[in-house]
Amino acid sequence: MAFKVAEYKTDLHIDWCPGCGDFGITSALQQALAELEMEPHNVVLFSGIGCSGKFPHYIRAYGVHTLHGRPLPFAIGCKLANPHLTVIAIGGDGDGLGIGVGHFVNAGRRNVDITYIVANNGVYGLTKGQASPTLALGLKTKSLPKPNINQGINPLLLAFASGYTFIARTYSYDVRHQVETFKKGILHRGLAFIDVLQGCPTYNDLWTKDWYMGRDHIDPETGKPVPRLYRLEDTGYDPRIPPEGLPREAYEARVAQFVQKALEWGDRIPIGVFWKDESVSTYEDRIRATAPTYLDFPPALRPICDEDGRPLTDIRKFLDELRVTGP
Amino acid sequence: MQEPISWMIGGAQGSGVDTAANLFARACAFAGLHVFGAREYYSNIMGKHSYFQVRVHPERPIQAPCAAVHLLASFDAETPMKHFRSVVPDGGIIFDPKLLASTVDSPPNMERRYKQELHAYLTSRRRGLTLEDVLNDAADRGVRLFPVPYDDLFRRLGQKVGETEYAKLARTLNTMAVAVSLALFQFDIEYLDRAIEDQFKGRARIVEMNQIAARVAYEYIRETFPEPFPFRLTPVPVRQLRIYLQGTQAVALGKLLAGCTFQTYYPISPATDESVYLEAHENVPLFPNGQGPDKAPIVVVQTEDEIAAITMAIGAAIGGARASTATSGPGFCLMVEGLGWAGISEVPVVVTVYQRGGPSTGLPTRTEQGDLWFAIHHGHSEFPRVVLASGDHREMFYDAVRAFNYAERYQVPVIHLTDRYLANSTSTYPLFELDDVRIDRGLFLDDEALAARYADRTFQRYEFTESGLSPRSRPGQKYGIFWMTGDEHDELGHITEDVVLRDRMMEKRMSRLELIVRETPEAEKWTLWGEPDTDTLIVSWGSTKGVILEAMEEIARRTGRKLAFLQVRMLWPLDGERLAEILRRYARRIAVENNYSAQMAGLIRRETGIAIPHKIVKYNGRPMVVEEVIEAIQQVLQKNSPSSRTVLRHGI
Repeated sequence: MAFKVAEYKTDLHIDWCPGCGDFGITSALQQALAELEMEPHNVVLFSGIGCSGKFPHYIRAYGVHTLHGRPLPFAIGCKLANPHLTVIAIGGDGDGLGIGVGHFVNAGRRNVDITYIVANNGVYGLTKGQASPTLALGLKTKSLPKPNINQGINPLLLAFASGYTFIARTYSYDVRHQVETFKKGILHRGLAFIDVLQGCPTYNDLWTKDWYMGRDHIDPETGKPVPRLYRLEDTGYDPRIPPEGLPREAYEARVAQFVQKALEWGDRIPIGVFWKDESVSTYEDRIRATAPTYLDFPPALRPICDEDGRPLTDIRKFLDELRVTGP
Repeated sequence: MQEPISWMIGGAQGSGVDTAANLFARACAFAGLHVFGAREYYSNIMGKHSYFQVRVHPERPIQAPCAAVHLLASFDAETPMKHFRSVVPDGGIIFDPKLLASTVDSPPNMERRYKQELHAYLTSRRRGLTLEDVLNDAADRGVRLFPVPYDDLFRRLGQKVGETEYAKLARTLNTMAVAVSLALFQFDIEYLDRAIEDQFKGRARIVEMNQIAARVAYEYIRETFPEPFPFRLTPVPVRQLRIYLQGTQAVALGKLLAGCTFQTYYPISPATDESVYLEAHENVPLFPNGQGPDKAPIVVVQTEDEIAAITMAIGAAIGGARASTATSGPGFCLMVEGLGWAGISEVPVVVTVYQRGGPSTGLPTRTEQGDLWFAIHHGHSEFPRVVLASGDHREMFYDAVRAFNYAERYQVPVIHLTDRYLANSTSTYPLFELDDVRIDRGLFLDDEALAARYADRTFQRYEFTESGLSPRSRPGQKYGIFWMTGDEHDELGHITEDVVLRDRMMEKRMSRLELIVRETPEAEKWTLWGEPDTDTLIVSWGSTKGVILEAMEEIARRTGRKLAFLQVRMLWPLDGERLAEILRRYARRIAVENNYSAQMAGLIRRETGIAIPHKIVKYNGRPMVVEEVIEAIQQVLQKNSPSSRTVLRHGI
């Protein structure tokens, strides 16, 4: 059965600014879901607050537009209630790495099998362009009255330190690359973090399409722009830790190369899959270790009463533990 | 009818006071006696003073603490120094004579203000400042002194079991204190044996050692105090099936019965115990259901903070599970934003709030009923919610089920209010009846119902209906795709700022409150206790139920005066109209509340226009005791003034 991208579109008018990177993210997500042949009713999107909060409304699947900084706990609750769903959390960098950063880090401890996409544009768009947690020190976008007084955090390193087992970066104006990256993240068994370099033409006049594509960076020989972005896939970089793990030295070498790539910014910016660790149990695995019927009867699907409303839960044994008198 | 026996044990936290109290209480419970236990402790792991009162009666259940103590068991100096004035004439104090020379300044954790007060008291009675002076003061009032040289008893025990290491023998200290107490009450040792077996289940050597220790203690009492202590505990043959449980267990069991399958929590006193119990009972037996296994888990997640706790629970509820969380005041503060989201999105979620002394960090291990206003008004702007308050452990169990039924039927957040005193107190009950319990999931559609209605038309999560309630679906269902947002929204769940839709959605949600008032049986809104033909009505809610009922009985017994008591159960929405009818029947109305402002009285005045001019309040972090409630009510009756405010201050 062919899944058309149109299946995943709603007919709502999209109110993002013309040229916004979120258009590309939306198209890519719709295409990825179609290529993965995921039924819309088995997919749930959770967004935060901001321009990026609108994503679920433009995609035909179950969609929940939550609170600022909170898409991850909502998404995790839903996924743990029904692990058979495909759950995707999506939000902005202001949402996920400032107010939401506590949840960002602690989600990594759990390694629940969901995908977290962050539209990273260096600003708070919907509130008109304040510096976000990823904007570098000293940068002055057109929306700021004076240069940024704070250093920017590195989301890839933060994700690694927190325990995310899939860490990738892609680019909002490259639909094909996003489709591939989103598919890999969704298929990854564990918590996937995808940093999307997203253009905000209205407020961030520094990290623009032109800048990413190196239009200020003309190669004297060819007369062509030298793009800042390059693909890790093209360099032979291997992000994968296999299920059985790696010997210590090999593992440490991988970590070292990850750190090097994660720190790379400026004239050369890598995109692609930076880290894919298949050796870590998911939170769902850990639940099953002590609750073997978890997948048969996850919280959302367990029948709790019969057709007359009589409880199906039998607490008599638990009450018996508390008994003090009687035969 | 005899009065209940009141036993108390105290000691430094970490020294096994709880274990001792549980041994005593369970021994009595096994013997067919009605038991009630109330615990007090500091926000501290080791060293500060904690104490546990157990009240026992052969015929009638007890549901309140009292000030009077018949037998105080101690093995440190601080306990008698703090509680000697609570012991009644003819009552007794068990103490370790090796501590007689300790001065009242010696307990390192005793509060400075209390030491000063004790100094002044002893000095005013021309006494010195040692434990011996304290005990002699009690003896002068007729209190019997029972010196128990624990070290000697350990030596005797050591000889019997062939153990010389003091540290090992000293671990039986709690059992000895309990055994000495039960021996004085002339209570059959077999019940203590059973309690010891139960407590140290599976550890045969420890059971044996403690049972022999108990015998050593009994022997000592028989030899040393031949004259019987005037208070006795006698077993009662009982056929009734009874349980003995703590408040947090009652809620946990209610949630399991209700079909709660997902609970989040952030550790906070006193709520944590509920979630830990659920974790320990993770795999829940199911009746044959024809759909799958006979066991399924409740998933319990310890979150990084209370914001994650509420949002994760809401996420699970969106997924289709009955989801809840449990917290106290400070945690509830952090949950308010999430609850507002659930309110506008019409997602059912249950929050159990165990109130404790506030504001802010307040009194983390002490009790209060200070969050009524907050529970009813939490969140900016306006959205419907239900607030329930339980009066005792049994109510906590059934209210936990009701909370989920209201949440899913009316698609609102439900706050189940209880408090620290109920959370930690224990009681015997007839086994909870399960046959009449029913689950109501409201308009939650199964796959067939969804397909039947929506195969050909679009499902609208916020469809306008006559009742204001829309059918619900969950992710994974083919025809149930919905959108949800914290923004104001249209029928599909997409954002709208349209004036007409906004008005209609606001009315859709807020009209729910009226619907709940209309549909809820009166028995679930309040209970009216006592005499209909009296001019005085006590009005209260929550954990004051036990102490008020006992005070009423005692006043009736002593003076013949009959009173009525309105215990409000559904705090919000409040049926003001019907409530006003009830209130108008009584010329005199007295509010009794464990908070500063008499919040319920204020709420009732606002909703009905009827004042409750007499207020008996308490906010020192301790639960009300029977004696001070009796005294306060009698003062109001005698003085007969148009209004009054009495502050209760008993507590240690």
